[in-house]
Amino acid sequence: MINLVNNQNPMPEQVPDVRNKNFLEVAEGYTEEMAVREAMRCLNCRKKPCVSGCPVNIKIPDFIAQVAIGEFEEAYRIISEDSSLPAICGRVCPQENQCQGRCVRCEKGESVAIGRLERFVADWHAEHYGDEEIKPVETNGHKVAVIGAGPAGLACAGDLVNKGYEVTVYEALHKTGGVLVYGIPQFRLPKEIVAAEVSKLEAKGVKFVTDAVVGRAITVDELMQEEGFESVFIGTGAGLPSFMSIPGENYIGVCSANEYLTRINLMKAYLPEYDTPIMHGDRIAIVGGGNVAMDAARCAKRMGAKEVYVIYRRSMEELPARAEEVHHAIEEGIIFKLLNNPVQILGDENGNVRAIECVEMELGEPDASGRRRPIEIEGSNFEIPVDMVIMSIGTKLNTLILDTTDKLEANRKGGIGTDDSAATNREGIFAGGDAVTGAATVIKAMGAGKVAADSIDRYLAE
Amino acid sequence: MFKVVKRRQLNDNMFWLVIEAPLVARKARPGQFVILITDEYGERIPLTMAGHDSEAGTIDLIFAAVGRTTMLMSQLQEGDYLQDVVGPLGKPTEMDGLKRVCVVGGGTGNALAYPLACGMHDHGVEVDMICGYKSKDLVILEDEFRAGVDNLYMMTDDGSYGEKGFTTDKLKELIESGREYDEIVAVGPPMMMKFTCKMASDYGIHSIASLTAYMIDGTGMCGGCRCKIGGEDKFVCVDGPEFDGSLVDWDDLIKRSNYYKDQEAEDRAHVCRLTGGVRYND
Repeated sequence: MINLVNNQNPMPEQVPDVRNKNFLEVAEGYTEEMAVREAMRCLNCRKKPCVSGCPVNIKIPDFIAQVAIGEFEEAYRIISEDSSLPAICGRVCPQENQCQGRCVRCEKGESVAIGRLERFVADWHAEHYGDEEIKPVETNGHKVAVIGAGPAGLACAGDLVNKGYEVTVYEALHKTGGVLVYGIPQFRLPKEIVAAEVSKLEAKGVKFVTDAVVGRAITVDELMQEEGFESVFIGTGAGLPSFMSIPGENYIGVCSANEYLTRINLMKAYLPEYDTPIMHGDRIAIVGGGNVAMDAARCAKRMGAKEVYVIYRRSMEELPARAEEVHHAIEEGIIFKLLNNPVQILGDENGNVRAIECVEMELGEPDASGRRRPIEIEGSNFEIPVDMVIMSIGTKLNTLILDTTDKLEANRKGGIGTDDSAATNREGIFAGGDAVTGAATVIKAMGAGKVAADSIDRYLAE
Repeated sequence: MFKVVKRRQLNDNMFWLVIEAPLVARKARPGQFVILITDEYGERIPLTMAGHDSEAGTIDLIFAAVGRTTMLMSQLQEGDYLQDVVGPLGKPTEMDGLKRVCVVGGGTGNALAYPLACGMHDHGVEVDMICGYKSKDLVILEDEFRAGVDNLYMMTDDGSYGEKGFTTDKLKELIESGREYDEIVAVGPPMMMKFTCKMASDYGIHSIASLTAYMIDGTGMCGGCRCKIGGEDKFVCVDGPEFDGSLVDWDDLIKRSNYYKDQEAEDRAHVCRLTGGVRYND
């Protein structure tokens, strides 16, 4: 039976005015009944446009059909065939641009809430079967090293261990999870979920080495020549935060979103028992319009800021953040200063930030990215009084691995060069995720990790 | 977990720990640093290594107990553990092609100048070392320096040990006396490095400064350690920690070193929790 209601079943959430003061998860997830009702909205259409919209091609209509008849564990099994981290992707994928964006039900209303259903299935499994003992996978004796324990590395390691490889993951930070742990806040992706996924991999036999900076402590070449790894996957993520190069960026109170989020998420500056120093502001400006900017803004509010601004040089239409994050941010009282661009940061006599000066923008013709190009309106400068500015305008690629790996070649953007199979120019070395593409999404990185795992499997089988 | 295998107290508030960290020790070179965490609730702090023993798999950390983490570390005994040590980070000191250098260390900075000066000496560079301290009770590593460099000059601000005066006084004297250096290396408080590098520039001598900054990951991800070098934004962790002293924007660096000053002062007030009630000289 098909549920013909045109709108998605809403997901219960903490009330905005309560949640913007705590770090508990915002969205509380579907109940079984809600999930079944939502699953029944799927028409199980023949073309399955949703599947082609998913970077890892989860068999979406198949798992939803199982949810609709209450076979939640079977639904989990179907998702697991293609995705190793459904509890994470259900929460952080930009579904509106992927699976849901192509759903036929969009023609007359809202898409099926695929992300919410994925999350429900993963959480249901964790609740009912989470304690099930996982047995180590029998190994085939081939050793593979994975560099970076973020989404790309975890996905690659997960697929490789399932295929029988002996996998060791090297991580530069003291905790595993990469951006899932240092970047995405607790209220959007509880860290316990990431930790549970990592322990599953450990139980299967994946080894994790934290505090290991590959390129410094050990090089890719040494991993292969001295440590006996037959193949290496590089999933080291994006890298160095960009600043605007405007006057005043070194005043006290200016930091990158990476720094602000890492202090809060990885190092738990929001909990009193942690020593992590963090700057507190009453009025905080976040510059940028991506998911990272939304995360920083919503964290700033929760850290006690009275007013939080998101300053973005284009309009709401071009804002790149995931729709649900923007919606949540607005609900939580974040003030959007759209079509505004900072020209300088102003400080007081002690070198502390006191204001940010912006100029108004208008949109011209589309640029190379296809988005309309913002143009300054001359003489429209104005100041917003703030005591902190958080720069969230993207990242530049980190060249550590390229610099320290013999003859490894870069791509045009400065990332690690790969072909469609994630192979680099060096035999046995593969790469994927933000380290190749520059900042993108969790699911794209996972997709790249999975492609690499397949390629490594083919390479080592030869 | 990283075991403390040896502990030595150098003076009232300076300590020398030898830590088991084989992965770090294997590749460590003079000038590089580590980031460490004391325990689950600890912050990540960078410390330049004072030495290493690749065969024994150990690294040396010399520090003053002045912040929350270093105060906690001062309480560690042999057999205790640090939760995390990551490294070696940053670029090693460049030594190739140098014939004669003068290394200038100030206060705690002498601990960081030590591996650098001795490393250069071992590399065949002739090294003059000027160690500056506030007063006699803060003098550290004199015997170690004497054994490891060509000429050692001990200076104290108040004249209670060695010669009275600043390190720059001695540097000026040496240069004026006709000593020729390929390079002058400054390691110490920003103000001291600023004046040392300025003096080097005045005499047309190339200078290197070893900078310290706030940082989290040490691999370029957080941007907390950014500084202005020749008008460009550079990251101490990946582009440094050593930079051309004539290009460093010292005022910017000094300003940014106060980023968490208020919180650090508050931290230090918790003396009982941090040091079991022992208060060291600031």
